[in-house]
Amino acid sequence: MPDWLIILIKSAILLLVVVTTFAYAMLAERKVLGWMQLRPGPNRVGPWGLMQPAADAAKLILKEDLTPRTADPLIYRLAPFISLLTAFSVYAVIPFGASNAGVWAIGTPNAGILFLLAITSIGVYGITLGGWASGSKYPLLGSVRATAQMISYELGMSLSFIGVLLLAGTTSLDGIVSAQEKWWFIIPQFVGFIVYIITAVAETNRVPFDLVEAETELVAGFHTEYSGLRFGLFFIAEYVNMLTVSCIASLLFLGGWNAPFGILPMVPGVVWFILKVAFFMFFYMWLRATLPRFRYDRLMAFGWKVLLPLATLNLVVTAIIVAFLGH
Amino acid sequence: MRKQLYNVGAILKGLSITFRFMFAKRPTIEYPSVKKQHAPRFHGLHELRRYADGKERCIGCELCSSACPANAITVIGAENTPEDRKSPGERHAARYEIDELRCIFCGMCEEACPTDAIVLTPRFEMSDYKRGALIYSKDRLLVPADAGVGAAPDERPNGIPGDLGRVAEIKSTTDIERGYSATNRGEILKKQTRGLAILPPQREDV
Ligand code: SF4
Ligand code: SF4
Repeated sequence: MPDWLIILIKSAILLLVVVTTFAYAMLAERKVLGWMQLRPGPNRVGPWGLMQPAADAAKLILKEDLTPRTADPLIYRLAPFISLLTAFSVYAVIPFGASNAGVWAIGTPNAGILFLLAITSIGVYGITLGGWASGSKYPLLGSVRATAQMISYELGMSLSFIGVLLLAGTTSLDGIVSAQEKWWFIIPQFVGFIVYIITAVAETNRVPFDLVEAETELVAGFHTEYSGLRFGLFFIAEYVNMLTVSCIASLLFLGGWNAPFGILPMVPGVVWFILKVAFFMFFYMWLRATLPRFRYDRLMAFGWKVLLPLATLNLVVTAIIVAFLGH
Repeated sequence: MRKQLYNVGAILKGLSITFRFMFAKRPTIEYPSVKKQHAPRFHGLHELRRYADGKERCIGCELCSSACPANAITVIGAENTPEDRKSPGERHAARYEIDELRCIFCGMCEEACPTDAIVLTPRFEMSDYKRGALIYSKDRLLVPADAGVGAAPDERPNGIPGDLGRVAEIKSTTDIERGYSATNRGEILKKQTRGLAILPPQREDV
């Protein structure tokens, strides 16, 4: 088979997997939130509510697609696709497991982690342009917040990556995972891990950092004017981003598909990977059920005055140790 | 610094609480499929009762209508004739309508009635698609001739177990417009009266 065909098939399978994961992550989130608030969660559509995603999809497709008169029509319509496209294209470089045949991924570029950072930075354009092109005040405020928040927290996030890169001595994601065969990087990079977890929540605009769509003050933030399928696309992008940051957390800090302490060698690595990602997804839902939203000035202060210095300190200490002791 | 650490502790504590609640017993009653027993004297949909011989209790006196604080009841009385005796007295209600949307379910009509004709049952599921359908006329309020006499609240001190939900099955006027027959109500009442804890009438029936 020609290479491009293999890549096409891989992409199609991955797309299917990611979209299904999104659908059931959304259902799982509503269930978990429900349980934590002493409710049963959605349970009317199909057994245990398992058909809920299908019902939601049908609803969103059938809804009217509104464009406000004051909106910039082209950018307004384009913005959800920017969000979605960047959210999905990250999966081109994310490896899921490894077998004797090689690493399970669409592509394993040397600079995988740089590609990741680059693409996730573009993701903010979807939100910013969407809010700006809506031509009304709440979305504009939401998108201004999105820009400021995502740029501030991206700094801390990138710095927390660099500690891992120094330890692994490579920027390719599968290289980082294989560098963790003995020690997961969460142990030497615990501070980096904490910084990453917090910034990742902010990057995906989830509670407690969901100021971009803070209902209490901004109606629905950047997607106030969106309806129907276009709103659905933003929604998918949010969950896919959540999945992405969970994948990255597992790859960089929890040893990717390496089994903990090398136990149970017969379990395929991809199972460990899925378990780790599922844990992080659950953690985000858990946070959402627990914490109230930050105030905007505190969010900024926390990002610049706590996370950034912490990440920098971590980076410096790691760099010194690596310089003197080697890898 | 201590305050910051305290905050981290607070977040962890919050996380532990939500985690514990995930496995806690949920108080949800999944309503249409599971129904809770209502209070014995629950004020719900009205019912016009009969005497044991099948005659209507209502004598068309309009006391309920004047007692009603919400002006929800319309009664138009008519004379009984020797050939067509609808109630034991001189008069009966030719028209009897309660607008359940105006009604505040206070039970004043029940208290005002000299013959214990109008009572409030614990049935509460009366939602409908048209406002007009919520104006209950005599044919829907009166206990059907073949479905017993109806029970006053003090004759069912424990409420009517299992009585919930039967109104949902009673065909509304909307359904009648669609061609269902209204006599279904009698069927349902008969079915549900069987085996229910309705005590035998305490008073002498005329
Ligand atoms: S229950 Fe109260 S409001 Fe309703 S009809 Fe009777 S008197 Fe009127
Ligand atoms: S229901 Fe009672 S109060 Fe009302 S008109 Fe009939 S007899 Fe009179």
